[in-house]
Amino acid sequence: MRATIEPTGLTRRIIPCLDVAAGRVVKGVQFKNLTDHGDPTEAAARYAAEGADEIVFLDITAAPERRDTDLDWVRRTAEQVFIPLSVGGGVRSVDDGRRLLLAGADKLGINTAAVAEPELLTRLAERFGSQCVVLSVDAKRRDDTAGEDPGWEVVTHGGRTPTGLDALEWILEGIQRGAGEILLTSIDSDGTKEGYDLELLRRASALSPVPVIASGGAGTLEHLGDALDTGAAAVLAASIFHQSTYSVGAVKEYLDRRYPIRIA
Amino acid sequence: MTGPAVSATVIDAGVGNIGNLVRALRHLGAEVGITCDPAAIRSARCLVLPGVGAFRPPRERLRGAPEEAIRTALERGACLLGICIGYQLLFDSSEEFGTTDGLGLLGGRVTELPGGVPLPHIGWNRVFGVAEHPLLEGSTEDDHYYFVHSFAPEGVPEESVLGRCRHGRSFPAITSHGRVAGTQFHPEKSGAAGLRLLRNYLAWAHELEGGDGATPTGD
Repeated sequence: MRATIEPTGLTRRIIPCLDVAAGRVVKGVQFKNLTDHGDPTEAAARYAAEGADEIVFLDITAAPERRDTDLDWVRRTAEQVFIPLSVGGGVRSVDDGRRLLLAGADKLGINTAAVAEPELLTRLAERFGSQCVVLSVDAKRRDDTAGEDPGWEVVTHGGRTPTGLDALEWILEGIQRGAGEILLTSIDSDGTKEGYDLELLRRASALSPVPVIASGGAGTLEHLGDALDTGAAAVLAASIFHQSTYSVGAVKEYLDRRYPIRIA
Repeated sequence: MTGPAVSATVIDAGVGNIGNLVRALRHLGAEVGITCDPAAIRSARCLVLPGVGAFRPPRERLRGAPEEAIRTALERGACLLGICIGYQLLFDSSEEFGTTDGLGLLGGRVTELPGGVPLPHIGWNRVFGVAEHPLLEGSTEDDHYYFVHSFAPEGVPEESVLGRCRHGRSFPAITSHGRVAGTQFHPEKSGAAGLRLLRNYLAWAHELEGGDGATPTGD
């Protein structure tokens, strides 16, 4: 049954995430022990056919190795997959962004480069529009030593580099500088399949005027529902899709009972 | 591909990334030309007017010869599909940054969506009240499309509205009058439902019947 008095019919999004290294889909626990999960274009096409609302690609080797994002797989994917494509990793300039958009990306994920140079968010938003600019935040829980709320710290380079930034403050600053969406990954939960960091998501969704995409820790259907309960606009998952624990269609059928979902 | 080739002429008003629209039309088997040359527009049969960003830059780019060429093409029997800002350009006027006249090919004016909902309206939303029209062959009341916008038409004659969407207010998401049509959403980013609409448009503009082997290809 569909509510007819809702002010909007916008649906919550289900987003498979493809971590890409050297043009191949990879996945590891907490960005380590990477294993091969196939061709990005084939995987994206399969997920789109299953009903994915968007595909997020993260080139996880780009930042540490400081090489340009390889664009051939972006072009091939854009020629075959006609849903929004977000590509992150290695975007360090407006020119990097322009090349990715021309290759077929609809959105740019910015992580390490934004921490190093927050003005990049503004320049990208002014040039391409905020709808193109996704601030990707990797957050790690601080040690609870003082007995009070320690919060989360922003980490970069796949979790290897602490920044000293408070994750919630950084999210607000990023939005003020032009980010149109926040992809929020819990580094503690990523790859564990033990559920999203719900407290982090709740706090971020409450303060963010732009959509928050929940990321890191999905293992069960209940986990995805729990993440949407925090107010997140979208849930991102990798392992459960790559390992065929659930199809995108099965996830959507489950969530459709509680949330507005696009059933393709 | 069997049967005659279909063509599409994408009007490049110089703003925004039109690559993914071109990729979608090619995926459907169309030979795609990209131009703002009045002569090429005049002789086209199947015109597509895309656009992202703000209303005024592409409006000014079209003013004069390109706009006259569009009108000539329509008088000669061409079809025109506007997408997103290209859709908004088809109406009488827009109130984005002061009032700007549109192409006046569809009745209505473009106004900002009301507050109380997140703006811009970005994401998948349902299009309801779907009319019978060649563009919407095969569509259902459960079809969702991908939107990215903050303004939308209002005051559109009811007989021109082919489908509505709700975000803050109900607005015409698909509108058509004669051989002019437009969508506020991005069909090239709307999965199978969007590709079906584009395929229907190519067939409509080339006066092809569905299922006779002459329809555009693609899934």
